[in-house]
Amino acid sequence: MFTFTSPNYEPFVWPFSIGMSALLVYITIKYIKWIYEFDKANRVKILKGLFSLGTLRSVKEIFLESLVHRKIYRENPMLGYMHMCFGLGWALLIIVGHLESSIYQASWANTPYYSIFFYYFLPAGADYWGHEVFGFLMDLILLMILSGLFIAWGKRWYSRIVGMKKTTKQRPYDRLVKGVLWSIFPLRFLAESMQSAITGHGSFLTHSTGEFFASFLPVETLSYPLWWAYSLSLGIFFLLIPGSRYMHIPTEMVYIFLKNWGVKLDVKLGPNGELKGLSKFEIYSCSRCGICLNQCQLLSSLNNQSTQPVYFLRKVREDVERGNDINNCLMCGRCEEMCPVDIDLNALRMMQRQDHSVVTDETYSYITTNKEYSGCAKVAYFAGCMGHLTPGVIASMRKIFNKAGVEYHFVDEGGGVCCGRPLRLSGNRAAADVLMQKNSDRIVATGAEILVTSCPICYKSFKEEYALPIKVMHHTEYINMLMDCGALNIRKGKERLVFHNPCELGRGCNVVEAPLRVLDGAGEIVATEFDGRASLCCGGSLANTVISPIERGRIAADALSRYTCSDPDCVVTACPLCKKNFAKVNQPVPIRDIAEVVAERC
Amino acid sequence: MMKSVVIIGGGVAGCKAAVELASIGYRVTVVEKECSLGGNLNNWDRLFPDGKRASCLVDALVSDVEKRGVTVLTNVEPEKVELIDDCYNILLSDKGLLKADAVLITTGFTTFNAQRKEEYGYGIYRNVITSVDLENIFAANLLSREIGCVGMVHCVGSRDEKCGNMYCSKVCCITAVKQAIELKQMLPNAEIFCFYMDMRMFGPGYEELYREAQEQYGIKFVRGRVSEASEDSEGRVAIKVEDTLVGRPMRMKLDRLVLMVGMEPSPGTNRLAKLFGVEMRESGFIRGVDPHMGANITNVDGVFVAGAATSPMNTTDTINDACAAVLQIDKYLRK
Repeated sequence: MFTFTSPNYEPFVWPFSIGMSALLVYITIKYIKWIYEFDKANRVKILKGLFSLGTLRSVKEIFLESLVHRKIYRENPMLGYMHMCFGLGWALLIIVGHLESSIYQASWANTPYYSIFFYYFLPAGADYWGHEVFGFLMDLILLMILSGLFIAWGKRWYSRIVGMKKTTKQRPYDRLVKGVLWSIFPLRFLAESMQSAITGHGSFLTHSTGEFFASFLPVETLSYPLWWAYSLSLGIFFLLIPGSRYMHIPTEMVYIFLKNWGVKLDVKLGPNGELKGLSKFEIYSCSRCGICLNQCQLLSSLNNQSTQPVYFLRKVREDVERGNDINNCLMCGRCEEMCPVDIDLNALRMMQRQDHSVVTDETYSYITTNKEYSGCAKVAYFAGCMGHLTPGVIASMRKIFNKAGVEYHFVDEGGGVCCGRPLRLSGNRAAADVLMQKNSDRIVATGAEILVTSCPICYKSFKEEYALPIKVMHHTEYINMLMDCGALNIRKGKERLVFHNPCELGRGCNVVEAPLRVLDGAGEIVATEFDGRASLCCGGSLANTVISPIERGRIAADALSRYTCSDPDCVVTACPLCKKNFAKVNQPVPIRDIAEVVAERC
Repeated sequence: MMKSVVIIGGGVAGCKAAVELASIGYRVTVVEKECSLGGNLNNWDRLFPDGKRASCLVDALVSDVEKRGVTVLTNVEPEKVELIDDCYNILLSDKGLLKADAVLITTGFTTFNAQRKEEYGYGIYRNVITSVDLENIFAANLLSREIGCVGMVHCVGSRDEKCGNMYCSKVCCITAVKQAIELKQMLPNAEIFCFYMDMRMFGPGYEELYREAQEQYGIKFVRGRVSEASEDSEGRVAIKVEDTLVGRPMRMKLDRLVLMVGMEPSPGTNRLAKLFGVEMRESGFIRGVDPHMGANITNVDGVFVAGAATSPMNTTDTINDACAAVLQIDKYLRK
C-alpha cells in the first residue's frame, strides 16, 4: 500500500489510519449482526432492493437529509445551516480533497490518509490542473465548517439563536467526544495555515492566516506537531464513535438504504424483551439533536425532561431502566413529524409496552354479533364510545345525514363495541385483537359500502388495523364529499374559526385538506402556527397512562391558549376526545366539533 | 378620621360584612357588577334546610345595608388598583375612584357550566336541566304536572377529575334532597331517583332531611354515576348508570334529568385575585394565609376574603365567614 520511504508518508498518519480502520471493522461487524437478526421477509427485501430505484432514492435522501439537513432547515434555518456545515461541509472536504489529490497524483487509488493530509505532502511550488480553484474551494469549505462550529458553540450558551428552547442534556462521555470533534476542524485550520506559510499553498483563508502567523510565530517548528494533533484528534474521534451518539453518522446512512428498500420495523421483541432488527438501526441513527424536545408538550407544559425520544432512545440503546417513560408519552406524533432522521419514534415505544391481557374463550364472550341488519342503507355511521359522550356531535351528524338525504344505519346507536385502539395503545394487543374481530363482524354485517365515524381514534384503527371490505371515512371527509357533490349546502358565516386538527386525524391519518375545505365554506379560517400536521395535542390522549387528569388539563390549557391567541370566535376540532378534554379548560372561546359547525349552517 | 373599607361583590358575604363593618364604625362601600345586591341568591327559590324563600334573606340583608348607611355602587367593577401610602386607590369601570384602607373580596362562585359535561346532553336534549333551572322553574311556578319520572345527578362538575374540578361543592347533596322533596310535594305520583357517589350531609338538620326524603317521600337514592344520556323520539332522556351497591348496570328512561351543578370560582374572583395579586388555589378559589387561623386573610396586606370566593360554602357558613372577616379587618385597621 505504501512504502516507509515514500515522500507521501509520515508517522503522524497512523492515529488517523488506525482510528478509521478500527471504526470500519467495528461497524461492519455490528451491521452484519443486526441484519442477520432480520426476519426472512426483510432480508429478501434487501436483496431485491439493492438494484432498485430505492438505492438511487437513498443516495438522494442521504444527500438531502444526512448532508444538507433539509428537514432541520424547515424547523429553523440557522439550525439547519449549522447541521449542514458539519454534514455537507465535512463530506465536501473529503470529496473535494480526494479529487484534488487524485488529480495531482493522476491516480484515484490514493491511500485515504494521503488526501486528508494532502497539503502536508504537497511540495512547495507544485503545479497541477486547477490548483488555485481547489485551494479556494477547500478554504471556502473549511470556513463553512468553522462558521457552523461557531454557531454550535453559541448554541451551547444561548440555544434560542437556533430556535431551540431546550437543548439535549448530553452525557459526559458524549460531551467529551463532542470536544474531540470540535477540535478536529480548528486543528486542521491551524495545521494548514502554518503549512501554507511554509509551502505557499492554500487560499484566502489558510494562506492569509498562515502569513499572519509567520509574522510572529515560528511556523516551521509549529506546523509538524499540529499535523500530529490533527491526525490524533481524527483518530481518537473515530475510536470513540462506537459508544457515542456519533454512531448516527454511519448508521443513519445504512438506515436510509434499508428504509428505501422497504425493510419494515419488526414489532416483535427478542426472547429477552430486547429490540432487534431494523429497530437497532433506528436507535443508533438518533443523533440526539434534541429537536424532539422542542416538540414535546410533556416538556413545555409539564416540564418532563426524561421521556422525550432523545432520552428514551438513549436509555433503550444503553439498556437501562426506562420505567414510566415507556408509558409516559401522548403518542401525538409531533416529535416523529419533525425528526430529521425519520425514526419511527412512536412504534419503537409502542413495541415495548407490555401486553398484560389474558385471552381465553371467555374473553368478551358477552359481546354478541348484532342482529342481521335488514335495511338497505349504504352508509353505516359509527359514533364510537367517545362519540357517545358528545351527544352534540351525534345530533349534528343525524341532521347532516338527513339534510343531505342520506339513508344511513347507526351501527352503535344502542351502544357499540370499542374499536380496540385504547387497549392496543396500552400494550394489550391480544385483547384488542378479540374486540377488533367482534367489531369487524358487526360492521361487515351491516352490508354498508361506506363506514363513517366521528372519532379519529376509531378511524385510525379501522383504517390501519381492520381489514374492512368497506370504505372508511372520518366525518370531516364525508361532509367534504357531500359538499363537493352538491348534496349538502352550507351558509357561509362571518365567524372567525381556528381549526385544531386532532393528532390521530392529521398526523395520524393525513387528513389535512378536507376539514379546511369544509370550514372554508362555513366561516373565515384563522391560520395559526399549529395548523395541519403541526397541531398540538389536547392532552386527552389515550396513549398516555401516566399523567394525571390535572396534568392533562394543563396541557389542554396551554394548547388552547396558543389556538386562541388570535382571538377567534370559535375553536373547531374534529374529535370527541379533544372536544371533551378542551372543555376542561374554563375559558370563554367555545370549542365545537366540525360536524356541529356544519349542522348549524345547513 | 373614619377609616374606609371597600367590599367587592354584593352577594350574601358582601352584604353581611358591609352591615357588620358599618355597625362598628367604618365607612363602607360595596361594589357590585350586577344591577342589584343579592348575588347567586337572586337565582334561587327556597333555601335548605328550612325552606325559607331566598328572596326573604336577600330583602333582610339589603334593608340592613340601607339602614347602616353603606354606600352601594351597582353596575361597576374595579379596573385598576394602586397602593398609595397604605391606601388602595381603586379605579372603577365608570371611571369613579375609591380609596380604601382595607379591601374585602366577596366575589363568590358561579355554577358549573353543565355543557362542559357534554355526555349528559345539557343544551342538547330538551329535558335535561340544571338545579339552577329547577329553582327558576319553582320560583316561576312553571313545573309541568305531566312529569312521571325524574333523575337527579349529583356531583356534576364537582369531585370530577375529568372536568378538572377535584373538590366537593358541599351544597349539591343537600340541594338535591331539598329539590327532590319539593318535587315530590308538587308531584306526589312522580318517581324520583338521586344518583350519588356518597351523600355528604354535613350541616345541622341535613341528615334528618335525607332520612325524611327516603322514609316519608320515598325518594330513591342510587349509588352510582350516570355515564351517558341520550334522547328518544318522544324527547325522554335515556340514561346508563351503574347501581354500585347492587353491582348492576341499569338503563332507564326519565321525563327530566336534573344536573346538580357544582360551584366554581366566579370569573370575578379570578379577575380580582389577579388584580390584587392574591394567591389562588389550584382550583381557582382564593387561598387564605392559614387554613385555620387565617382563612380570611390573604397574602396581600390589607386585602381580605370571605364567603364562596374562598371555597364552596352554604349560605349559613357564608354569613358566619363574613362576620369572621369583619373581625380580622377591624383588627388590621386598629393597628
